[in-house]
Amino acid sequence: MTIRFDEDNHSASGLAFETWAPVTDPETEAEIDRPSMEVDIACAGFGPAMGGFLTTLSQAWTNNPADPAFESQVMPGMPLQVLCYERADDISSGVSGVVTRAQGIRSSFPDLNVAEIPMGAEVGEERVLYLLDPIGASRRSLTLRVADKSLRLAGSLLGVKDSAFELPWTPAFLHKHGGLVLSMGQFNQWVGSQLMATGMVQIWPGSPVSAPLFSGNKVEGLRLADQGVDKDGAPSDGFMAGMDIRAKLTVVGDGPVGAVGQALDRKLGLPKGHAKSEWAMGMKMVIELPEESDLKPGTVWHTFGYPEPEIFGFLYVHPDRLVSVGIFVPSWMSDPSRTAYRYLQHYIQHPVLWKVLKDGTLRSWGAKSLEESGRHGEPFLTGDGFARIGEGSGSTNMLTGSGVDEAWTTGIQLGESVIELLRAGKPFTHENLASTYEARRRASWVERGAREAENARNGFQSGMVKGMIGMALAGLTGGKLALGAHIPLPHKQIRLFPSNSVEGLKRKDVAEIALADGRPLHDALLSARGWPEIDFDGRLLISQQDALLLGGKVQAMPGFADHVLFRDQNLCIVCPEKTCVSMCSGQAITEGEDGLPAFEREKCIHCGGCLWNCSQSPDGVHTNVDFQAGSGGLHSAEN
Amino acid sequence: MANPVHIVVCAGIVPDPLQTLEPLSTPNGPGIKNEMVLPAVLDPWAASALYEAGALAAKNPGSKVWLVSLGPKGKLQQVMMTVAQKVPFELVPIDGPIGGFPDAHSTAAVLAATIDALPGLDKTKLLLFGGWESATRGAGVTLQLVGERLGITEQFQGVDEIDLRDDGSFTVLERVEGGKHQVSVCSAAPAVLGWATGNLPEPRNNPQVGMANMRSIMPALQKAKPTTLEPNGLSYISTSLPKQQRVTRVEKNLSPDEIAAELVDWIGAE
Repeated sequence: MTIRFDEDNHSASGLAFETWAPVTDPETEAEIDRPSMEVDIACAGFGPAMGGFLTTLSQAWTNNPADPAFESQVMPGMPLQVLCYERADDISSGVSGVVTRAQGIRSSFPDLNVAEIPMGAEVGEERVLYLLDPIGASRRSLTLRVADKSLRLAGSLLGVKDSAFELPWTPAFLHKHGGLVLSMGQFNQWVGSQLMATGMVQIWPGSPVSAPLFSGNKVEGLRLADQGVDKDGAPSDGFMAGMDIRAKLTVVGDGPVGAVGQALDRKLGLPKGHAKSEWAMGMKMVIELPEESDLKPGTVWHTFGYPEPEIFGFLYVHPDRLVSVGIFVPSWMSDPSRTAYRYLQHYIQHPVLWKVLKDGTLRSWGAKSLEESGRHGEPFLTGDGFARIGEGSGSTNMLTGSGVDEAWTTGIQLGESVIELLRAGKPFTHENLASTYEARRRASWVERGAREAENARNGFQSGMVKGMIGMALAGLTGGKLALGAHIPLPHKQIRLFPSNSVEGLKRKDVAEIALADGRPLHDALLSARGWPEIDFDGRLLISQQDALLLGGKVQAMPGFADHVLFRDQNLCIVCPEKTCVSMCSGQAITEGEDGLPAFEREKCIHCGGCLWNCSQSPDGVHTNVDFQAGSGGLHSAEN
Repeated sequence: MANPVHIVVCAGIVPDPLQTLEPLSTPNGPGIKNEMVLPAVLDPWAASALYEAGALAAKNPGSKVWLVSLGPKGKLQQVMMTVAQKVPFELVPIDGPIGGFPDAHSTAAVLAATIDALPGLDKTKLLLFGGWESATRGAGVTLQLVGERLGITEQFQGVDEIDLRDDGSFTVLERVEGGKHQVSVCSAAPAVLGWATGNLPEPRNNPQVGMANMRSIMPALQKAKPTTLEPNGLSYISTSLPKQQRVTRVEKNLSPDEIAAELVDWIGAE
């Protein structure tokens, strides 16, 4: 186990990513005899961005299979050999429900009939609701308390109902008119099936990619994770070294916490002034509504204000009485007692939501990290032999709250660029990829939106009210006006309480009681904060462990190494916050007797939350958690 | 000395076992709610048969494995994405219904006719593999019926091991009561082996195997012919899932012995 960093070598071009190495580094690990295979294009991660890329490529080939540009160089006479490796056990697993404007998706499928996609619906009614706190446990500022009281007093005049105030006007930047409500699991399955049917693309789920293959700064393919290893990665029964997939072009779309993207950031650093500092945990349930429900498919609610002022929420209605309901817990919520599952349970019980959800049944549950830095977190998009697309490439627009369509569109842009280069017979160099893919992206609506959104969320570092003002300023002026802010690194956004402070002692007591009782830390912390206990009904209100099985259908194949590692265990022992434990979406990280966090791979849903929910840093830049390529996770396809 | 065999594995697809299933009635008989939406896997019992077939073929150069699978072609394609990296095989897809409710005789007739027509299959070397049970409805007779239709009289069920000898004879271990195995010796193929779990772990994903398999899988799926299965008078009075109960309770004061006693009572009450 090694930790390497060099304090004197901080990069002038942003943060010192190149000075830091993961706990186990594919570049420095002992040499073993690895099989390798050559393909034309190797892809890491199958999500909307990769869907857009592969759809563009395969549609062009299907339209003209005789086009010599599509002849494989590694298998002459055959079409391009395009292989995509996905970490999750199925391409429908481990993703989320969304509402999207779908302009990029519709451009790929001009005759799209949304009824063909299970759980898909055209967007209908959209509402934005400010939720009052009906319980009194929410941590609200004085300003907010005064505002809440005023709203309650003027309730009947303003239309406050069920402790919710509906904004009479919704700014255009929040609208998703003409868009789609989708289950990303079902959408990915639908796209993947079509891609596979073309015969040009092979998509392999259950195949985590551990790292890119570097030759200097050039990327020459992907290395798959070792199989048949113990939890520490040492060869065990049925050991099979991860194969090297060598390719002229490597497409990186493995999301915000993907191992390949992280390795590129480490190796190349980030462009000057860029940092991946803003994150959120999106956690949701898919609920089957009771038969008498009259919510129409396509209905979209956005909420804010509850269960904590920093937590935004949503409700999207799918066909067949299914709804996606969830919350976003952001990194700028400085409370070290961050959690998501318990908050989600309180959220769905808010009167305005409970009115429609009561008597519903949990069908699915899941969570994922969202990279919310937008352009501020954009990495180097291209280099010799590689290009980055999707959320991990900083495409998410945090003003409009939209990521899927942007990700898909970056995939289209890369697809078009690759076709252009293939037809011109040009190699996939940094220069050629930059002049095609980057140029397309910079000239597109994705870039324009990203620039408008660039500073839209700055105000949130100073609280919800200032954040909303900043967002409105940026949204209504097309990004011309925005609040300024210094956004600290993720570990510095977590508020630290001195261990002898009242809050610090209270947390310590709660943690000790939780440990003695075997009770989840997040649960104990929120109960101590005055949140009422959850009255389990065995159907919708269930323990988090039950949600793993009944909702997420979580499981992990044996034979893979632990993918969550703690760099400096001494830092963990003395860490009083243990935010990695309270925030863990699957209770896969628990507090051990010796103060060390314990990780259970079988419960991990690969949300990546631990990566940014850690208050400790061994090098002043990165958190103390190393999140590597791993297998398993959610098996629900209804997310 | 190598002893090449021709192994045909009959394997259906079923919903991923972790999914929450809900039976319902359709105009065509019983079904599973949203079954086409749920992720599917190769029937776990038959998957064991496929892995055993792969291992047996690897030990006997010149052998070949066919995977004959009946199900909606779109679902078969999805399942192949998770299966095709495991062992080398040639897929023989039959585009048919899903759900495990069709009549076993109709299913067996289609499977037998398909196997009978397999180009290059030498029936004197044929080992017909499948699961002895199914994760769908568990009729437990389909494989035997396929064997009967193909005229194979040597049939074994609940198989955990096969040991193929150089002279073509083989020893089979079949599960019997009491956790024991019955040992049978068969002089030669053909034979039907309905597998229990076998002794092999699930093979690791091998990208080279996947890439080679997929070259024949996609064209085979494109050519798969739609097939309907006759009900043969079969009708269902009712369908239900095995009763499951989940009770979540936080107990702070009970001893492990008391908890164990309560669990025993709870189970006994079922």
